[in-house]
Amino acid sequence: MSSSPIVVRVKQKRIAELISSGRRLDGRGLTDYREVKLEVGVIERAEGSARVRLGKTEVMVGTKIEVGQPFTDVPNEGVLTVNAELVPLASPSFEPGPPDENSIELARVVDRGIRESKAIELEKLCIEPGKKVFIVFVDVYVLNHDGNLIDASAMAALAALLNTKMFNYEVEGGEIKVKPGYTPLPIRDYPIAVTFAKINDKLVVDPWLEEEQVMETRLTITMDKEGKICAIQKGGYGYFTLQQILEAAKIAQEKTEELRKLVVKG
Amino acid sequence: MSKRKPEKLIDENDVRIDGRKLNELRPAKIEVGVLGNADGSAYIEQGKNKILAAVYGPKEVHPRHLALPDRTLLRCRYHMAPFSVEERKSPAPSRREVELSKVIREALEPSVFVEYYPQTSVDIFIEVLQADGGTRCAGITAASLALADAGIPMRDLVVACAAGKVEGRLMVDLTDLEDKGGEADVPLAFMPNLNAITLLQMDGGLTIDEFEKVVNLAIDGCRNIYTLQKEALKSKYIAVKEAVEE
Repeated sequence: MSSSPIVVRVKQKRIAELISSGRRLDGRGLTDYREVKLEVGVIERAEGSARVRLGKTEVMVGTKIEVGQPFTDVPNEGVLTVNAELVPLASPSFEPGPPDENSIELARVVDRGIRESKAIELEKLCIEPGKKVFIVFVDVYVLNHDGNLIDASAMAALAALLNTKMFNYEVEGGEIKVKPGYTPLPIRDYPIAVTFAKINDKLVVDPWLEEEQVMETRLTITMDKEGKICAIQKGGYGYFTLQQILEAAKIAQEKTEELRKLVVKG
Repeated sequence: MSKRKPEKLIDENDVRIDGRKLNELRPAKIEVGVLGNADGSAYIEQGKNKILAAVYGPKEVHPRHLALPDRTLLRCRYHMAPFSVEERKSPAPSRREVELSKVIREALEPSVFVEYYPQTSVDIFIEVLQADGGTRCAGITAASLALADAGIPMRDLVVACAAGKVEGRLMVDLTDLEDKGGEADVPLAFMPNLNAITLLQMDGGLTIDEFEKVVNLAIDGCRNIYTLQKEALKSKYIAVKEAVEE
């Protein structure tokens, strides 16, 4: 799977030719997603969890909630922390060790979507201003890499957050006392990421691994429930024209709505 | 944390807190060839930002197994000095710096003829000595000049500039204060002669219409900085020419 530059060039020709005639190697149209399968509550020990399958790409997200200190510039708000692990069992190109730039980028792009859309009502997670708040840990675990980890991870993260339950509590003399029962984590927005690959000067949505290997460049647009853009990330060695970026934004508006229905039910 | 946040970042006449108009860049000073050891280097001051960029290469790759058979290995490290920000920053690379190093490298790579030097590396170092918002953009502007100064064959210079939305108004080249107090920030890198966008990020909230306007503001900003960038590059070689002719 980790191809040599020569294999990539041979593939590139074939994939690029197909794409210029509006088709793709796996039979999809240029703006079609692979089939999305979503399960929630897959890990009982986690406060919330979800597993997303995007074609053969598979991502699990678990959330944990702990008590900790707020940041000094926002003493009244809970803290969101997103981490991503490219687990070595997910791909021959992933290696054990500290997070590399790819996993850091993945975590930060997922983080930006959740943070900038203000998806979590962090102000409701304050226990004692300046001293104690809840910290929401979102851990992205890539289990099988077949391309477009960003969209799969963003969807799984949102689904896991919607699945997250917090224990009830009351504060007695500065101490937190756990009370019976759970309440859902307060969520007010549903950010969805849509990733484009540019191949042979054309945009395709949801690139799978073979397309990622030959793409010139990549663009991820994350939108909130009102269709406003809340995060963008360009990646890869190529470039985009202004027209391509605006075209991508229009497609993203349609696609985020479509995907959101799969993740947010009812 | 000593500075208090001002009430308003823009007054009723659309004048910003540092006296600029919405579409006005901070004053910038750019210099090329500022470091002795580097193959190429540049220094930029944009407002309070002070940033050094250096390029080493093409040279042998260390460690060797990273060498690429068909092109040069372009590497980039974006780093902030501990004293560059209000509260001391640990010198260890943060997650933000790792991400920025990656996107900056990807912003510069489209401009470089990487296929000219297989089995080699070109290393780009960006040191932020003082930061005041927009350091990745100023860093790219300087690093592209450092590449040119090192004599690396390039398709175009890369120039970068951010634009965003603050208190409901769209503006260019946000300071740290405006970025933190504002609604959206869009850093963008651009190759002016190829009309190619090589870096695009965003955080905040913008409608598609606002986004289009912000991107255009950033591109206009890039074109203005590009003039300064070209002058800086030329003036180094004019100085060299004069020295030779004397």
